[in-house]
Amino acid sequence: MTSTAEPTIDLNVRAADEIKTTTCYMCACRCGIKVYLKNGKVRYIEGNRDHPVNKGVLCGKGAAGIMQHYSPARLTSPLRRVGPRGSGEFEEISWDEALAEATDWLGAVRATDPKKLAFFTGRDQSQALTGWFAQQFGTPNFAAHGGFCSVNMAAAGLYTFGGSFWEFGEPDWERTKYFLMFGVAEDHGSNPIKAALGKLKARGVKFVSVNPVRTGYSAIADEWIGIKPGTDGLLVGALIHELMRTEKIDLDSLVRYTNAPWLVIQSPGAADDGLVARDGSGKPLAFDKSRGEIADATRVDITPALVGTFKLADGRTAVPSFQLLAGRFLAKTYAPDTVAAETGVPAATIRRLAQELAHAAFDEAIELDVPWTDWAGRRHEKTIGRPVSMHAMRGISAHSNGFHTCRLIHTLQILLGSIDCPGGYRYKAPFPRPTPPPNKPQGKHGTVKPMTPLAGAPLGFTTGPEDLLVGPDGTPERIDKAYSWDAPLSAHGLMHMVINNAGSGDPYPVDVLFMYMANMSWNSSMNVPGTLAHLTAKDPATGDYKIPKIIYSDAYYSEMVPYADLILPDTTYLERWDCISLLDRPISDPDGPADSIRQPVVEPDRDVRAFQTVLIELGARLCLPGFVDAKGEPRYPGGYADYIVNHERAPGIGPLAGFRGADGKSFGKGAPNPRQLEQYIANGCHYVHHLAPEQRFMKHVNKAYLEWAKDKGFIGSTDPIIFQLYLEPLQKFRLAAQGHGAVQPPASHRQRIAAFFDPLPFWYAPFEGAALDASDFPMYAITQRPMHMYHSWGSQNAWLRQITNENRLYMQRDKAKSLGIRDDDWVAITSNIGRVTAQVRLMDGVNADTVWTWNAIGKRGGVWGLDKDAPEVTHGFLLNHLISELLPEREGGYRFSNSDPVTGQAAWYDLRVRVEKARPHEIDGTTPRFERLQSPLTRLKDTQSTFGTEFAEAAR
Amino acid sequence: MTTLPMTTAKKLGLVIDLDTCVGCQACATSCKEWNTSGYSAPLSDQDPYGADPHGAWLNRIHSYEVGEGDTGRTVHFPRSCLHCETPACVTVCPTGASYKRASDGIVLVNPETCIGCKLCSWACPYGAREYDYAHGVMKKCTLCVDRIYNETLEPEDRVPACVRACPTGARHFGDLGDSDSQVSKLVAERGGFDLMPEFGYKPVNKYLPPRPRRDATTSASGDKKPAVREVESDADPSALTTRFFTWADKVLSR
Repeated sequence: MTSTAEPTIDLNVRAADEIKTTTCYMCACRCGIKVYLKNGKVRYIEGNRDHPVNKGVLCGKGAAGIMQHYSPARLTSPLRRVGPRGSGEFEEISWDEALAEATDWLGAVRATDPKKLAFFTGRDQSQALTGWFAQQFGTPNFAAHGGFCSVNMAAAGLYTFGGSFWEFGEPDWERTKYFLMFGVAEDHGSNPIKAALGKLKARGVKFVSVNPVRTGYSAIADEWIGIKPGTDGLLVGALIHELMRTEKIDLDSLVRYTNAPWLVIQSPGAADDGLVARDGSGKPLAFDKSRGEIADATRVDITPALVGTFKLADGRTAVPSFQLLAGRFLAKTYAPDTVAAETGVPAATIRRLAQELAHAAFDEAIELDVPWTDWAGRRHEKTIGRPVSMHAMRGISAHSNGFHTCRLIHTLQILLGSIDCPGGYRYKAPFPRPTPPPNKPQGKHGTVKPMTPLAGAPLGFTTGPEDLLVGPDGTPERIDKAYSWDAPLSAHGLMHMVINNAGSGDPYPVDVLFMYMANMSWNSSMNVPGTLAHLTAKDPATGDYKIPKIIYSDAYYSEMVPYADLILPDTTYLERWDCISLLDRPISDPDGPADSIRQPVVEPDRDVRAFQTVLIELGARLCLPGFVDAKGEPRYPGGYADYIVNHERAPGIGPLAGFRGADGKSFGKGAPNPRQLEQYIANGCHYVHHLAPEQRFMKHVNKAYLEWAKDKGFIGSTDPIIFQLYLEPLQKFRLAAQGHGAVQPPASHRQRIAAFFDPLPFWYAPFEGAALDASDFPMYAITQRPMHMYHSWGSQNAWLRQITNENRLYMQRDKAKSLGIRDDDWVAITSNIGRVTAQVRLMDGVNADTVWTWNAIGKRGGVWGLDKDAPEVTHGFLLNHLISELLPEREGGYRFSNSDPVTGQAAWYDLRVRVEKARPHEIDGTTPRFERLQSPLTRLKDTQSTFGTEFAEAAR
Repeated sequence: MTTLPMTTAKKLGLVIDLDTCVGCQACATSCKEWNTSGYSAPLSDQDPYGADPHGAWLNRIHSYEVGEGDTGRTVHFPRSCLHCETPACVTVCPTGASYKRASDGIVLVNPETCIGCKLCSWACPYGAREYDYAHGVMKKCTLCVDRIYNETLEPEDRVPACVRACPTGARHFGDLGDSDSQVSKLVAERGGFDLMPEFGYKPVNKYLPPRPRRDATTSASGDKKPAVREVESDADPSALTTRFFTWADKVLSR
């Protein structure tokens, strides 16, 4: 027997010479991190316990960020394309050359026709800057990735109740007693949701997950509802039906906080049909039962009717909007027995879920001893909560019925009275905002002029046909056709259509396509082969590319890089300044607004520059207003850090809200503080303002909150924010389609606008399924994000790719058996535009009519620093190849984009396919496999990595 | 053969909650990240950007389905060394490189004396030991022995990296030999169990089973039935609408 004394171990190894705080960028969650530095290098990353987003924890991606930082796919210097597009032939150039060339290209566009610049920025966390650049440049053609991500959620929420899921609000995790989640496998709000689910389960709170696939969060749900994709709206409609049938509606909150009592004009065929009846000053009208007369609906001393038919003073007939809403959902269309087959959810289950919701909301109501004062000055001694909370994301938004489905979910919340109350949904400042926010999209016909900034930010919220960006004949003004009759409420633009439209010259060709951090030639585009064709198409007359100049900025050699002409290499997230701004996408907490920064924890060891600093320099070289001072000198010579501190969007309001004013003691408003970044760093790279207890709930109608928010510039007035169950702006578009008003849709669009611009939410079948013969394409096909890769956009991560480096097509076991498909078989997945082969994995926890796979695992050969025989290339596949960016032709030959008709959100999850066994020769790897890309990066063949040895040796 | 201590003063270990693990891999990557530069350095990776990337990991998560139909569920199962009280991986070690610490029960490998013979990996029924191809020695969970006593770290950080990172709070660390410890109480409350106790190695780590589900078979409110007014089914929509409108036509003040 060997028995020796235990060896002596150094238990007090100093793991870091220095620990710096910053913000993670491994997904969109923006957790606070602490980076351990040893010998000036990154040794370890952990969650920052003091940070409002993650409170110390870190997910599988965040803890692997170190390998993203050290990736061999990092770009190393500016590049100019020398071979044909897609060849991967580049020459290295200096930053001076790169910036001069970009300035030449952009300057020529600005001097002639600024809209010939299409500037789209992908998973950009600096949209307050990039949008401002577009505005000052004068092009309306700007958006980030929201159009192909979750604009349905944002738009439906903002138009309906001035908030939205995730960044604009979240469940009251501490107090909720019932949590219902739709279409979330593992996405937006990553660590906060994980942490909250752990706590909910410890408290015994019921958690229901509605999702066709039982992975991730759904795996730990108390109840998994394996719904058919795209039918969630029907399920929610049936829940509303049941709540109405059983009279479990919070009528008191409806008359106080919503437009349920507002009278809607009933005059079929007339120009005012379906509009809200208003008085001479534009105030909505209601019927006051106490006085028996029509009255200003905003008055607090009335007893508004929710049902009835009333005569207006001028003789027109009107009914409360609630009566229309109730009529719709009490109809048999939404009865549980009617929807059971279409949704795949048994009627008894729907009835029980409705009972459980009602029970939690009304029988388990919360009373907090928190006094508050409402907008009318009335003090309430207690804050009442209806502790039902909900969350929804991609599975709802990525359908062509996503806007209305999301509206249905918010309608359900509102009918239960569970908005911004204890235990319900809670807004996060700067939300709530007016329904919708007041800013309109810029770039109306005739306003885009050479050398002239836009009058405001390019993106905004339309409330009627007069706000559209269309020409006199109805043709779109924007390259992505946002805010046209194709997608009138497209608040985030349609990035997924830019390459297609620019390549087709529809509505017009562009001169420069400028993109940032968006893999548009691969996993961020529908129909990859079609996209590649547009990127490489030449005008036969001139021999020039149809999209003449493409500038692209990214940190890595992705599939998009070889298709660009000029590459501006970005830094990794650990090498840069950034601000997570309240002007952009906030990281606030329900108890108070918050923002944060990234600081460079290490300097780049390559000739790369942070994109935002480059953009600011381009702005200065172009002499854009605001980017240069009165003498024409750069306004922010210190780059992005300089801008973060010194830029003022309005007097006293800048990118960061904390530590403002000369003394650094002001929050929200105050003069630029030269020590602001230093103070953020000293505070862990974030700042949280804590609202007073009386401001924390009912913010939409809370006097103390509304006054504070107005003072901080979050909202323009202290008027209460009234929930729009009945969405009048949609009716205005519909009336235009019916032939009323000055701005009307072209004939090709009338039927569509009339059908889908219903002021009440409703469910309709997703477009692709409705257009195809279901017997040809009987299966739904969707993607899920793997927990450890969601939004990390890169399989170059040496650790994460050991966990997942190929994807299977997951199929329900019995379904596969009925098709003669066994586990591990190779199958062909066929859609109306393509065919992909993949290997099958059978499972039980998936809706029987649905197949799915992990998103964005498949890579094209030659990029991401991977070897040519990497499994991502040989066995990883994308469903993108099967998804058409255009819907089938309609009468007149017009093809709409494969998007939600209201918002233009890409309908990724509408995909319908058939699955059959692959042919005998198709079992050697996935197809199609695109030609391998060449790379200008040289990488020594790494047979192994012994990362960490140097740190351990240094410690010994 | 290597001998085991007769007793250990403490039984440090992990308690892993299968009710809340969502399979996010945070415990796996944070473990790899800490330990590749720590006591176990390096946790090397072979062919990291190639056709067959594989490396040494001290913690891996397996996801699978159990049960069928309505009782079926997806389980995420993190797996690492259980720091058994009578570990065969130690007793088979020919050089004494594998040992169980008398002070706290942590099972460790001394890389100075490990010859990489892999006997321990054959002996361990839990698959918890990994051979490091670059280093030529065996690697295994150390319970972050270079964190848990480390006075250069803040006191709250003196826990294994996996516990520090876990977003859902599914991982707990403590002395399972002390019946008053938080982890022991948790095991008692939740019915924590040993993995494959029939082998007799007496694992120190415990797993907490999934909590009973509140689904179709149970009421949201336990014994209390939801108070729902019984109304007739929706056979006649117009009657339903009429009744609802009558109900909704209340005197409601703003």
